[in-house]
Amino acid sequence: MGLSAAAPLWGAPGLLLTIALHLALSLSPAQARAPVLRDYCVLGAGPAGLQMAYFLQRAGRDYMVFERAPGPGSFFTRYPRHRKLISINKRYTGKTNAEFNLRHDWNSLLSHDPRLLFRHYSDAYYPDASDMVRYLSDFAERLGLHVLYNTTIAHVTLNKDSGAWNGHYFILTDHRGQAYQCSVLLVATGLSVPNQVDFPGSEYVDGYESVSVDPKDFVGQNVLILGRGNSAFETAENIFSVTNFIHMLSRSRVRLSWATHYVGDLRAINNGLLDTYQLKSLDGLLESDLTDLAIVKDHKGKFHITLKLFMEAGNQSSDAIPLPQDNNDNFAMRVAYDRVIRCLGWKFDFSIFSKSLRLSSGSELSKKYPLVRASYESKGSRGLFILGTASHSVDYRKSAGGFIHGFRYTVRAVHRLLEQRHHGMAWPSTEHPITHLASAIIRRINEASGLYQMFSVLADVVLLKENATTFEYLEEFPMQMLAQLETITGRRARHGLFVINMEYGRNYSGPDKDVFFSDRSVGYMEDAWLSNFLHPVIYYYRHLPTEQEVRFRPAGWPLPRPSALHHVVEDFLTDWTAPVGHILPLRRFLENCLDTDLRSFYAESCFLFALTHQKLPPFCQQGYLRMQGLMGTESLRQHGVESGLLWDSATMGKRQGASDQQPGDHRPGGHPLAPGPPVSPFNSNKEEL
Amino acid sequence: MSSSFSVFRAGISFVMMCIFYTSAVDSPELSPQKFFSTLQPGKATLVYFCQPECPRTSVFLEELNEAAKPLQDYGISVAKVNCITEETSRYCGSEKDLMKAYLFRGNIPLREFPTDTLFDVDAIVAHVLFALLFNEVKYITTVGDLQNIENALKGKGNIAFSYVRAIGTPEHRAVMEAAFVYGTTYQFVLTTEIALLQSIGPEDIEYPHLYFFHCKPVLDLTQPCRRILMRQSLTTLNIHQFIKIMEAPLLTEVAGDPRQVSTVHLQLGLPLVFIVGQQATYEADRTTAEWVAWRLLGKAGVLLLLRYFKHGIETQVEFLALSHIDLLVFHVESTMNIEETGKYEDMEELNIDDEVEETVYRDRKRQLPLELTVELTEETFHETVTASDSIVLFYAGWQAVSMAFLQSYIDVAIKLKGTSTMLLARVNCADWSHVCTKQNVTEFPVVKMYKEGQNPVSYTGMLGTEDLLKFIQLNRISCPVNIMSVQEAEEYLNGELYKDLISYSSMSVLGLFSPAMTRAKEEFTEAGSYLKGYVTTGIYSEEDVLRLSSKYTVTLPALLLARHKEGKIESVPLVNVHVQDIVQIITNASLETFVKFNLKQDNLRPSEYIHVMGFYICSSLTLDSTFLAEVLPAQEWKPPLPAYDFLSMMDAAASEHLTRKVPECIKETDMQESDKEQPDDKSAITEESTGTLKMKHLSRSSWFEEAKKVLRHDNKEL
Repeated sequence: MGLSAAAPLWGAPGLLLTIALHLALSLSPAQARAPVLRDYCVLGAGPAGLQMAYFLQRAGRDYMVFERAPGPGSFFTRYPRHRKLISINKRYTGKTNAEFNLRHDWNSLLSHDPRLLFRHYSDAYYPDASDMVRYLSDFAERLGLHVLYNTTIAHVTLNKDSGAWNGHYFILTDHRGQAYQCSVLLVATGLSVPNQVDFPGSEYVDGYESVSVDPKDFVGQNVLILGRGNSAFETAENIFSVTNFIHMLSRSRVRLSWATHYVGDLRAINNGLLDTYQLKSLDGLLESDLTDLAIVKDHKGKFHITLKLFMEAGNQSSDAIPLPQDNNDNFAMRVAYDRVIRCLGWKFDFSIFSKSLRLSSGSELSKKYPLVRASYESKGSRGLFILGTASHSVDYRKSAGGFIHGFRYTVRAVHRLLEQRHHGMAWPSTEHPITHLASAIIRRINEASGLYQMFSVLADVVLLKENATTFEYLEEFPMQMLAQLETITGRRARHGLFVINMEYGRNYSGPDKDVFFSDRSVGYMEDAWLSNFLHPVIYYYRHLPTEQEVRFRPAGWPLPRPSALHHVVEDFLTDWTAPVGHILPLRRFLENCLDTDLRSFYAESCFLFALTHQKLPPFCQQGYLRMQGLMGTESLRQHGVESGLLWDSATMGKRQGASDQQPGDHRPGGHPLAPGPPVSPFNSNKEEL
Repeated sequence: MSSSFSVFRAGISFVMMCIFYTSAVDSPELSPQKFFSTLQPGKATLVYFCQPECPRTSVFLEELNEAAKPLQDYGISVAKVNCITEETSRYCGSEKDLMKAYLFRGNIPLREFPTDTLFDVDAIVAHVLFALLFNEVKYITTVGDLQNIENALKGKGNIAFSYVRAIGTPEHRAVMEAAFVYGTTYQFVLTTEIALLQSIGPEDIEYPHLYFFHCKPVLDLTQPCRRILMRQSLTTLNIHQFIKIMEAPLLTEVAGDPRQVSTVHLQLGLPLVFIVGQQATYEADRTTAEWVAWRLLGKAGVLLLLRYFKHGIETQVEFLALSHIDLLVFHVESTMNIEETGKYEDMEELNIDDEVEETVYRDRKRQLPLELTVELTEETFHETVTASDSIVLFYAGWQAVSMAFLQSYIDVAIKLKGTSTMLLARVNCADWSHVCTKQNVTEFPVVKMYKEGQNPVSYTGMLGTEDLLKFIQLNRISCPVNIMSVQEAEEYLNGELYKDLISYSSMSVLGLFSPAMTRAKEEFTEAGSYLKGYVTTGIYSEEDVLRLSSKYTVTLPALLLARHKEGKIESVPLVNVHVQDIVQIITNASLETFVKFNLKQDNLRPSEYIHVMGFYICSSLTLDSTFLAEVLPAQEWKPPLPAYDFLSMMDAAASEHLTRKVPECIKETDMQESDKEQPDDKSAITEESTGTLKMKHLSRSSWFEEAKKVLRHDNKEL
């Protein structure tokens, strides 16, 4: 089996080494064993791999997780080097709603077991990485997930087979030569290869992965750090109190997460160096393209910065290489450094994947990630999904898909997709009468954590049924796949739909933006569309958008132009339950889209409607007419009469009083009981959308 | 040369005027004979025959006199003929129809008009022209007629279709006057049927309308003609202008300075839209421009400007760099109706219009005695509902309906205080989302009853104190109750067995079965448990059951319905009935009590009767049948509730924002972009937009004005 799988590779030059290894493995006695068959194979027992394993386990699927290390979360056994996670572990929110609280718990994985919440594992707001390791191994153990530890998958290839779910099987070969045949491959290996920049003198550089974390090693030194991400600042934070100074060099300007609203950018917890730089305490930040640089080591063992250009021109004697300061005597980096540290982040390990998988890297901006669709399926081969940090190309620098608090939801979305595709289990949904539409939306925008964290990536979808009398509510659908909604979810979208998304204001966030300008917050509901902070936006489509429409949507829009659009005005407390400020405009929007009345009525008003109109408001149809009307108490009635919204039955009683007391006594001519206008104050002109 | 010619023409018309003046307007009252001798062949004349005793002045004569002038303009003369007794003419008629006017062409009578149809100048002109232009103006009444005309003219000519409320109105006159001029060029179609207009478009149908159907370009007979609505009111001048615009070429290609371009649109005061294109993208540009032109037909002229890169544009020309054609259309429309856009400001005050929401909101500061019910949490829920029989209300603190019901729920708790073994509990799903989800509660409010060893039961009755109380009380006994003896059955039926429950359930149901009827018993038992909490049901199937069945003269299996208030016992035989049927029988029986309110049953049709019966009557209204008969056929009920239209606010802002005079240096690129409609040409502009946005939400109401101010400010800076 292994041999036949390797056969197509013979023709490929440059893979000789792989093949040699493969052959060696093939020839070992272990190879005699037949390949193990699995429906689902998960690579990596990190947070994403375990999260997927959890969903597969709950659904009773045939799966196996492969992990190179002896335990889960091996990345966290080593990284971050200084052990402090910057994912917040907020244990107190003043609320008891578990779903809401997940909005502020960035470390927990999703499970049904409340004991498996990260707050039971650490008290620290920025927890220690070893707590994460402990948490992950508890998660795997307590839930009984099937993980094969100490198993390094050395090679993954494709075996065409028309009988397979996806027309091919994935053949995984581990370091012992054991082969595994998988129908679906879920890659959750994270980013494991440190990014390196190749320039003359790069051999003198200490990597983040191996540099000392003991500040004593840096006492009185001039330190240059390459990179400007959280790892660079974390490294600087650890040593800047004992160094002479730290210079930080990178290609682009610093991106502060509080300005970009992207958690992967520089977090305030690490940015002590920005203080010391701006307060002229010798530390500093510089911008330059690292690929143009060269590092020269002088005879004293100190490092000098020069340009690659100069190196190519000249001889090899280190002290004779021209330096920029020779011509430009105020060159910023003319000082000699004792140490250069590289903190440039990581990239995806493509090396184990055979070319037949056609797993390629993303565009310029997200080169470190494999290329995937918005459904997290590889563009190259069907049935190959990328999960976790490695799937971040979908929302790189936008949302939280590269982090636990984001990908725990995208993993769930992938799992729901797989359940529909291979097991005919339609995307979970609840069906409600249309009168509950506003409530269903209000509930989700106030508690849903997936919408909140994966804003503009995952969105809730409301599918209207015929005549818009009922609707189906689908949670956390990858919104870029909207055109394919019917095939992915197995639900019909023939009668229009709403998409509920969370968005920041356009042009508000960005590395160069002033996010503290004085009129940044919007309080009036008519200005809701100008809201800057994260707020719910509801799109209404009469028809499911096509793939073309999604692809060529207007610039800056997460979705194509809808038939109608509603913004719920941003809220300082992220509590969108105000009756006038939030619920009323939303309900009016829904009413206008659906051309119906979504107000609620007391039984009394329904009764009047029933006598005066042939068609009743949905609330009366679905409640009162089925003997489930809302009666209300006397005190509420009083309020209703005072507000003028409720018919005053006291006066009505007087008018009808005679016949009340003397049943059978009909007034001559009947009493023209005007069809009481509980709605008449609102006969104002309707604004067409 | 030309000037002398126009002088000559003016002279001619002057002469003609003089002729008309002398011959018709103040024409001396002719005698019939004299009159007929003056008739010229082919010339139309409107004649009023007047009895000798007819008054010299009347409203009609005044109007006729006034109408003479405009009719002359169409070459129609007006005359008044005195019927002298000696000279009899059949047109003079008898005294009865002394008020009649006739229209002649030459000496052939075309039509006669009762004078009351010619009530004013407009009516006179309209009627006369309508009669004369019989061939040019087709009067239709059905959609089919319109369709036929449309089909017949496809590829041949265009149609001017108009709807007027009635013949003889000023609008009708305007249409006829237009038809007089354009009748040979376009097919005029007229209708007074509003249904026809409704079939054409969603426009506000209260007003007269004129549509221009572009049928000539339609070569494929299956394609509909493009229909352009005239937005202005129907006056002769407006129709004339509108038709002029429709006649003008759809798209004009120009090269050179746009300032020197003049089209019919500019003369009629409409804006011109220049779409700047390039030779290289000519085909695409032309398609785009044509598309825009169709969208803007009647609103603005569209021109395709090729290779225009000259500097020094004057102020009258606005350059737009737009990302979407919709924005362009929106911009033109909004500049046309700037006054109308003020409507956004009307939205300033939003009041709650939902009675439940409003009453709960007004009541929000009242402290409810919530302590009477047990609040459950994620930790206590399971323990509580398994430890004792409980009723649980699932609600959401922010949801008005469930908060309104919470009050009733508390009332129930007050009434049951210390008397019930049932625990009243509640879960706020806004706080304990997972508890509710696990109990399969996804909408609010929901009431569930948890009893030991049984599946939880959802309450499906009215959301009110009385009904819930009844549900809880009736749930104390098993349903159906097993009756053990005939004596017990009698006690059950006369209400003594469950005295305390009679106030909650006015009817007791007893199922009678012989011991062998196992299937029927099962069905009844299931129906009973389904109705548990709503009706009291009992079952009796002892050996001596025949004693009861013979007493109530019914064959087994049967139902006995005891109405305690009336003291009546009815019997219903059960024949091959299933669970649903039994439930239906019992539910209907319990509904029948409503008939007692004063409906005159003979006045109601059976369907209406059932219709009324289905309602739960909540107040003590007594209705008489006249009322019902009047009111039931009422119209469909419709909500008229305005909402914010953020999408067009965004469009308006985008269009306002992108409208700017482009600085010379970047003009070229901008223009190219605009004509290619690149979707992301905004990048340069949107960068600056934060400034604008900042300004806008300062002002609550007049954001539109504010945006314009900002824009003006922008322009100054540039």
